[in-house]
Amino acid sequence: MSDQTPHPIEHAHPASSSVTAPESGHRPLSIWFFVGILCLGYGLVLLPIGAYQFSHPPAVVLAELHSTFWWGLGMTLFGAFYTIRFRP
Amino acid sequence: MTHLALALLSARQLATLSWPDILILLMYFVLVIFIGFYVKDSANTSEEFFLAGREMTAWIAGLSFVSANLGSLELMGWAGTAYQYGLLATHWYWIGAIPAMLFLGIVMMPFYYISKTHSVPGYLQLRFGEGARAVSAATFGIMTVLMSGVNMYSMALVMKVVLGWDINFSIWVGAFTVGLYVMLGGLRSAIINEVLQFVLIWAGAALVPILGLIEAGGWTNLKHQIAAQIGNDSYMHLWANTGSFQGNAMGIHWTGLVFGLGFVISFGYWTTDFLVVQRVLSANNLRAAKLAPIIGAIFKMAVPLIVILPGVLAIAVLRNPDGTLMHLVSESEAIRTGQHSFNEALPLMLVRYCGPGLLGLGITALVAGFMSGMAGNVSAFSTVWTYDLYGAFIKKDASDKHYVTVGRASTVVGMLLSVATAYLVMNAASIMDYVQALFSFFIAPLFGTVILGMLWKRGTNAGGFWGLLIGTLSSIVMWVWVYKDPGALRYIALSPDAKPMAENLYRALWSWIICVVVTVVVSYMGKAKSDEELNGLVYGATVIPAEDEVPLWQRPIFWAVVVALLLVIVNLIFW
Repeated sequence: MSDQTPHPIEHAHPASSSVTAPESGHRPLSIWFFVGILCLGYGLVLLPIGAYQFSHPPAVVLAELHSTFWWGLGMTLFGAFYTIRFRP
Repeated sequence: MTHLALALLSARQLATLSWPDILILLMYFVLVIFIGFYVKDSANTSEEFFLAGREMTAWIAGLSFVSANLGSLELMGWAGTAYQYGLLATHWYWIGAIPAMLFLGIVMMPFYYISKTHSVPGYLQLRFGEGARAVSAATFGIMTVLMSGVNMYSMALVMKVVLGWDINFSIWVGAFTVGLYVMLGGLRSAIINEVLQFVLIWAGAALVPILGLIEAGGWTNLKHQIAAQIGNDSYMHLWANTGSFQGNAMGIHWTGLVFGLGFVISFGYWTTDFLVVQRVLSANNLRAAKLAPIIGAIFKMAVPLIVILPGVLAIAVLRNPDGTLMHLVSESEAIRTGQHSFNEALPLMLVRYCGPGLLGLGITALVAGFMSGMAGNVSAFSTVWTYDLYGAFIKKDASDKHYVTVGRASTVVGMLLSVATAYLVMNAASIMDYVQALFSFFIAPLFGTVILGMLWKRGTNAGGFWGLLIGTLSSIVMWVWVYKDPGALRYIALSPDAKPMAENLYRALWSWIICVVVTVVVSYMGKAKSDEELNGLVYGATVIPAEDEVPLWQRPIFWAVVVALLLVIVNLIFW
């Protein structure tokens, strides 16, 4: 469709949505890269804590489900995927 | 000292953060501030600073569009409201949002985008002249600062209730962080952080309803438990009990929901509140601008899972230390008895299921939600102040660089005003009612003016101005009337049984009707504008680009129909 003159970055990578200054000469970081790195970081913090909680369960309801570990694993995988997929 | 402040002082601390929780919270703050500095160099022109260079894809603009609204109102307030009123609270997410978002994308966005306006008051200036712009910009400026203050106060409340943090410390840390990253990177910085915050909110909050449903024994068991507690099943229905004012806990009739919430308030907020519209204006082309609210609508429809469901689950699963069922109460009763209040429903659920690490993630999600709301308000305030007040009435012919400097400065000033407002908000009896009242003061009549401006060629400058002004004033008069004489509720809300939320819905409806009637009458007293003058601004005088060459599945209208069907289905399921 040509609803108007296409913007120069209309069909660019989603990274275009979070550019650094073009004149900086660096390839811009994607918004999704930031999403990935944050989730990966959190996942990597949660995983060892969750593993520790297998032997030292926290005083919360449904601690036996080990939600910290499994949630941490999910965030690690999600974060790793986005970090790699949208790496600079 | 106010009731709410007293409640805070008497509240017991719900949890203590361990080092992993603090680490998670710190990681978030570091990344947010880093992003502010990272995009600083790409926010040098006014187009870059105020509209993110109009470079955002539909997905980014759509997520940002929803996230800017995902502040304190969404997270704590609505969980508390769901505890009080059950699934009825979901109306504010579905009929109270989705139709308006679709309407924005399909009907209104072409005019906002084709006119190349930088703001909603800017559109009113093009359509109705400087008078309408002045009224709109001034009321919007006041509203955004107040809303930002509400967000800030809510964040401080969470920190106080959950962690025992000093309320002043929380307000100033939140204000400094948001002020810094918006001042540095403008809308671009705000949008990137809003997308991050949206993901984080889901990561931190989604576990609560999952574990809550497991504990309750599934959805069917949850319904039975709540029906047993309440004595009937009215809490678990959206529409079935809205045939009379007395049939539901909220004291609302379906006409108020459909016309007051679903039409006036919802359309007013989602289509004319510049806080959210600004995100869509940053889209990189018209189709992306039309798709962004539709993408936002899909995510909006899912938000009750992390807000309403925890509130409803709290009715069934929250227990006192002695194992008896916990009953949350109003703020005033919480002060008197030392019990927990409705607004603590979500933090209580968080503490119930989340140990070290997950608790930090949940708290960070709450903080992220509050900060995205604050950032949305302050970035929109900065834009409207700079373009529509300062640039229009104080210094008209300054350089682009000067306006960017003013934009950065107004970000800081707006944040300081918000801090002042946060302290004022402590005087409000209820956060939710306060915000609802604000909506109907300013948003409902504004929607009347904008929608007539876009769809009715006969509207004149004088009609737009007087309609907006008198509509806004009428809303304030109605509010003062009921405040001074509670018996007036039977006239405003059609029933003496109506609760404050129902009153706000009807007040919005009346002020919208007054605005429309005044606009129409005054317009017919003046001379109509020519089609040439209205080109790009009004339906019937604007050529809207066709989408014939785009495959069906890429067209905004296709996805709007899909989302509308989904909305009907979920309403039928929970009827």
